[in-house]
Amino acid sequence: MTNHWNDIQFSDCILIMGSNPAENHPISFKYVTMAQEKGAKVIHADPRFTRTSAKSDMYVPLRSGSDIAILGGMIKYILDNKLYFKEYMLNYTNASFLVSKDFEFNDGLFSGFDPETSTYDKSTWQFQTDENGVPQKDPSLKDPQCVFQIMKKHFARYTPDKICRIAGMEKSDLLDMYKLYTATGRPDKSGTIMYAMGWTQHSVGVQNIRTMAMIQLLLGNIGVAGGGVNALRGEANVQGSTDHCLLYHILPGYLKTPKAAQQSLAEYNKAYTPVSNDPESANWWSNYPKYSASLLKAMWMNDDPKDSYNWLPKLENGNASQYSWLPMIDRMYQGKFSGAFTWGMNPACSGSDSKKVREGLGKLDWMVNCNLFLNETGNFWEGPGMDPKKVKTETFFLPCASPIEKEGSISNSGRWMQWRYAGPEPLNGVLSDGHYFSELMEEVKRLYKEEGGAFPAPVERVTFDAMYGEHHEFDAKQTARLINGWFTRDCEVKGKKFKKGQQVPSFAYLQDDGSTCSGNWLYCNSVTDEGNKAMRRDASMTPEQEKAQLYPNWSWCWPVNRRVLYNRASVDVNGKPWAPEKPIIAWDASSKKWVGDVPDGGWAPGTRHPFIMRKHGFGQLFGPGRADGPLPEYYEPLECPVESHPFSGQLHNPTAIHFKSEKKSVCDPRYPFIASTYRLTEHWQTGSMTRWEPWLVETEPQMFVEISHELARLRGFENGEKVCIESPRGKLWAIAMVTERFKPFTVQGQTLHQVGMPWHYGWIAPKNGGDSANLVTPNVGDPNTGIPEYKAFMVNVRKWTKEDEA
Amino acid sequence: MKIKRRSFLQLGTVATMSMAFFGLGCGKDEVAKVRDKASSFKLAWTKQTTTICPFCAVGCGLVVNTNQETKRAINVEGDPDHPINKGSLCAKGAASIQLTENPDRPSECLWRAPYSDKFEVKPWQWCKERIARLIKDSRDKSFEEKNAKGQVVNRTEGIASMGSAALDNEECWAMQTFMRSLGLVYVEHQARI
Repeated sequence: MTNHWNDIQFSDCILIMGSNPAENHPISFKYVTMAQEKGAKVIHADPRFTRTSAKSDMYVPLRSGSDIAILGGMIKYILDNKLYFKEYMLNYTNASFLVSKDFEFNDGLFSGFDPETSTYDKSTWQFQTDENGVPQKDPSLKDPQCVFQIMKKHFARYTPDKICRIAGMEKSDLLDMYKLYTATGRPDKSGTIMYAMGWTQHSVGVQNIRTMAMIQLLLGNIGVAGGGVNALRGEANVQGSTDHCLLYHILPGYLKTPKAAQQSLAEYNKAYTPVSNDPESANWWSNYPKYSASLLKAMWMNDDPKDSYNWLPKLENGNASQYSWLPMIDRMYQGKFSGAFTWGMNPACSGSDSKKVREGLGKLDWMVNCNLFLNETGNFWEGPGMDPKKVKTETFFLPCASPIEKEGSISNSGRWMQWRYAGPEPLNGVLSDGHYFSELMEEVKRLYKEEGGAFPAPVERVTFDAMYGEHHEFDAKQTARLINGWFTRDCEVKGKKFKKGQQVPSFAYLQDDGSTCSGNWLYCNSVTDEGNKAMRRDASMTPEQEKAQLYPNWSWCWPVNRRVLYNRASVDVNGKPWAPEKPIIAWDASSKKWVGDVPDGGWAPGTRHPFIMRKHGFGQLFGPGRADGPLPEYYEPLECPVESHPFSGQLHNPTAIHFKSEKKSVCDPRYPFIASTYRLTEHWQTGSMTRWEPWLVETEPQMFVEISHELARLRGFENGEKVCIESPRGKLWAIAMVTERFKPFTVQGQTLHQVGMPWHYGWIAPKNGGDSANLVTPNVGDPNTGIPEYKAFMVNVRKWTKEDEA
Repeated sequence: MKIKRRSFLQLGTVATMSMAFFGLGCGKDEVAKVRDKASSFKLAWTKQTTTICPFCAVGCGLVVNTNQETKRAINVEGDPDHPINKGSLCAKGAASIQLTENPDRPSECLWRAPYSDKFEVKPWQWCKERIARLIKDSRDKSFEEKNAKGQVVNRTEGIASMGSAALDNEECWAMQTFMRSLGLVYVEHQARI
């Protein structure tokens, strides 16, 4: 989230699209309701009528996967009716930038497409620059090459009639929604978006969110109270686990995983340190070398970062199509891994096409599964269709301490790093995950020391003991200190003297020469000489902070306790808030200081462009970095019920990740229904935790599928009857829940049915609870992130028969 | 397979009796120490700790009361002082004690031999030595110092790591350091899917 949970109460219009917070983030709805009570309007756009819809002022049904059509149409509506916040758009976004004359867009494809590799050469997507490399601008916005004009032309095709025909929605709904939301383009109004996996889990997931981010930039809704782009994250610490980068493409603090071509730390830093010659661009990533050196130092404390860089594993390329989840599972399925860790995770139920995942686990020589309860991954060898006597995988199950039996911090969706204390002792002395890692690391080190082996240096030299407390064991408090980082020798930075061992006060003091260590620069400032700020429980605020409900002394949030990101965009060039009634920051001219939130850099107003993490300092309406285009474009899901759509001749995202050998259902009469998976209030993710909790199982005991009355009539289903859901990947049973919550969609003159399923179940528990909905989901995904398309695919639903029991 | 079971019901009885015993006499001292709403809930014979809900990422505060004698949790509820949830919880958060105090929760390491049809209980020390051996063998066998172009890559493509958003920040950092010092490049978790 750019903003945080308490901030939602300040919104004037809350668009909830791609999420169901009333059921999946119930406590967040407290703030939606508070906003509503103050007069805000709430719009819920979703294929299914949920409890969120019931509480909203407006419910807009749409066919799963049609989001970019609808949002692209909203951009056209904003541009046609001049509803943008002009001063914000002109000063804070790249609307006026001139794009290269070689940039083209034809019939669903941007310039630079290579059909052989299904990737883009992005060289024509660049800006025209002056002799200093600063982008050329046309503040009149009239130049046909300026972003504003290119956008206008691009979205001219997104007319309400076309959108409604493909999304299966009413034109009046569409226009009412546009009118309501775009009213937040007024300087003193703000609109927010609450989205979750309903947007990300598509082959156009990233562009779904980019389209909305563009709308927010056009309406001046980023950086302000009650605004922003807010991802409602699902796992308690998925924010933190992403910040610490348990992902192939990034290292802690969103640094890049090195590639083979970057053979030295200098080459690596050069590749990822942007250079701007615009004195008004803060270009914060120019500090990259300080963060990379400090990370290396935190991992290998006794070595020069220039040497330890050599020990970081290098990727061949950064492609999600080679290293992300889907290709990783495919690689496992092909027997190319000998071992695997499945730690605090249940991929046998959470991975798309679960049958492939389960079979893939059987191709490993060994697998270590660590969890609170037995789960379908650790016990895969005795699951449905498996003969244990034919499964080679040597399997370990490690029980771990529960979240209340250990201490440590987690980061919520609003980036608050909050400390958890140990209550009960670990059950029968089980270890915490941190202890498991440290004990395994020490044991592997011992083996290398005694026996030697392949390239032992990174293993032998890694300073895991920097995470240990006085008893020479993993210690969360000490690790939190290391993540913040300390000075490794006496030194002077920015006129301040520091002693060796002193905590680094904030990332502004990190160095590129090994004199500082920091496990994650974004968390630098969390544990300083003042103490561990994640532990803070002080609700006091200044009047300005209270007005914005910032709680700056409660826990700590990254970066540097800034509660609302991009907050310099919430004020004009003189530092005056656009919305004086709900300021986030304001410039106090008398003291020459900012009041309110921690500003995005303390420079005086008007002296720096506000989007400091961008090289040029501007919000990117035109975003040349994405794999599938600098502007969003409508494409059908890779499995879809139509042969064409009205926006171009390009049916699918041409760069989407998929496996050519795996069948996809496009207008396949055997799989006529659109399907989507989702979550319930009473269960969580694969259910590996909640399916063992009797109170929760009693409320939601087994797998079901929501089916409209119309589809039930068509197929002769009774409410409560057992039905079979099948796709080219597999099948599973579910209890038919015949409901008003789904209605058929009329798409291009055709009646289409959508069904929906929770994915919380699995064969191990509870008894007769059913199995994972992911047995039918496809292995296709977004080209930028690789996230699978769980939210729009094709299935058949039929009666469950005796033959199916076999 | 053997999983140690505890009787939650039995603990409940003990807790009720203890409360009856301490209920009147020891209460006064505690009232005098009240600083905030959360500490006013503290039972005299429990340890009270705060934590954050382990389910979604709203980050609701919880208050945990632990029996000082058994060291087991006896109650988990919403933290009334927490600025986000202000004491309220959803169904999952309200049931979260059952994650920890649950008779079905395993507390011993299990090992399944290749082609076996059962898990066997093994001590952690044994598992640790065996897992470390398997890691080393896989790494040694698959380690690539240079790629086809002759560039130094120092990686292993023989081991995959999946997980986890269920770990604390400090554990995530330990995990990434563990995996990357071994040279893993296939490192993925819930955030991807």
